[in-house]
Amino acid sequence: MIWLQQNAGMLWGLTLVHAGLSIPPIILGFVVSLPLGWLAYRFRVPRHAKIAFGGVVLTAGGLLYAIPSLALFMVLPGILGTSILDPVNVEVALTLYAIALMVRTTADALASVEPDVRDSSKALGLSGWQSFWRVELPLAGGPLLAGLRVVSVSTVSLLSVAAVIGVNTLGYLFLDGLQRDFPLEVSVGIVGSVVVAAVFDAVLVLVGRLAMPWQKALRESRLTGVGEAAAS
Amino acid sequence: MIWFANAFAWLADPAHYAGVNGIPVRLGQHVAYTGITLVIAAAVALPLGFLIGHTGKGRSLAVQVSGGLRSLPTLGLVIVLALLLGLGIGAPMIALVILAVPPVLAGAYSGVESVDPRVVDAARAVGMTGWQVLWRVEVPLGLPLVIGGLRSAALQAIATWTVAAVLPLGGLGRYIYDAIATYDYTEMFAGSVLVIVLALVVDGLFAVLQRLVVPRGVVAAGGAPAAVPA
Repeated sequence: MIWLQQNAGMLWGLTLVHAGLSIPPIILGFVVSLPLGWLAYRFRVPRHAKIAFGGVVLTAGGLLYAIPSLALFMVLPGILGTSILDPVNVEVALTLYAIALMVRTTADALASVEPDVRDSSKALGLSGWQSFWRVELPLAGGPLLAGLRVVSVSTVSLLSVAAVIGVNTLGYLFLDGLQRDFPLEVSVGIVGSVVVAAVFDAVLVLVGRLAMPWQKALRESRLTGVGEAAAS
Repeated sequence: MIWFANAFAWLADPAHYAGVNGIPVRLGQHVAYTGITLVIAAAVALPLGFLIGHTGKGRSLAVQVSGGLRSLPTLGLVIVLALLLGLGIGAPMIALVILAVPPVLAGAYSGVESVDPRVVDAARAVGMTGWQVLWRVEVPLGLPLVIGGLRSAALQAIATWTVAAVLPLGGLGRYIYDAIATYDYTEMFAGSVLVIVLALVVDGLFAVLQRLVVPRGVVAAGGAPAAVPA
């Protein structure tokens, strides 16, 4: 307990760095995956060439996701020409993982929109662009949010590995605790990382509720049965 | 790109293939640790996952526990168990199995659940017992998803054993940690290339296995197995 009090400032600093470095990969991963996922969904069947563009994107994502994080952190400086200790390496690696995961989620989410709904929006005179933003994307919101929550949890968890290459996230407590043979310090790091992940998850759920109020109606109609009055 | 040339020169150097620190020994350790992790995780999670998928009970609990485990930082779990239980292979093995169980479990129950309920009803209608339905219908038809769970767990184990080399256990991650201590980027890069190649080869082998386990009847009927990416 004394250790906790004496090091509260350092712990808070590490937590802020950890949380701060988690945000760009999550947001960038989502933003980049929207067009890529749409392309993967749109061109999932081969047209002119033998191989579908969508399949190539998804396979590339799968291969990228198979690469262990520490190894990716290590090879990126050689490819990007950055310094080994530069946090940019970690940010790029985690953004790549986020894209790899979200592209498939986005393609699947867009494919889950009922063809009838798509046709209806076309019949109402919406252009392809309008249909995407006003009909397809909102309806794909549920699975997209679920995918983003997975990205968020794994990004926060992976950031602790970045301490190995000198980026001072909460993972620093693991390495320092190992050197000093001090399990409490390591445990505090684990709890801190889990709490950051939980806070991010809560924020995503909240943003989802605010951005997609219809999801609540959908959930309730599923729970109570369509047409029935809610019990509570 | 100079680092690629340096790393390949490092990998081509015969001196790095000899002795207990040589590539063959460390690759062997990495593969053996990963294999043992998978076997233990499968022994725990496959029966449980089949049971959850077959009965439909305990699914939400399994989802919640798996989701919670995903937020655990792997490096921290490995280190805290090593400090509490002592050095050696036991503590990190426990950590690795804990991390490998959720994907295997998810693959097992979603594989069994993915079988068309009409097929299960038909199996019951021809007089199969619950046990026979599970082993002759649900598991064979759900096998691509089950293997998919093992595939995720294998990749997770390869990645985590790399990180776990912070403990004196050997494995390919040792090259990375040794090189960080001496700031030898050539060795860091070469060690990382070895880890990446191992992960991609294992991923590829599991991808092939997923295609091979699709029952002949399903292939003949033109049914695309759900777990195999197009």
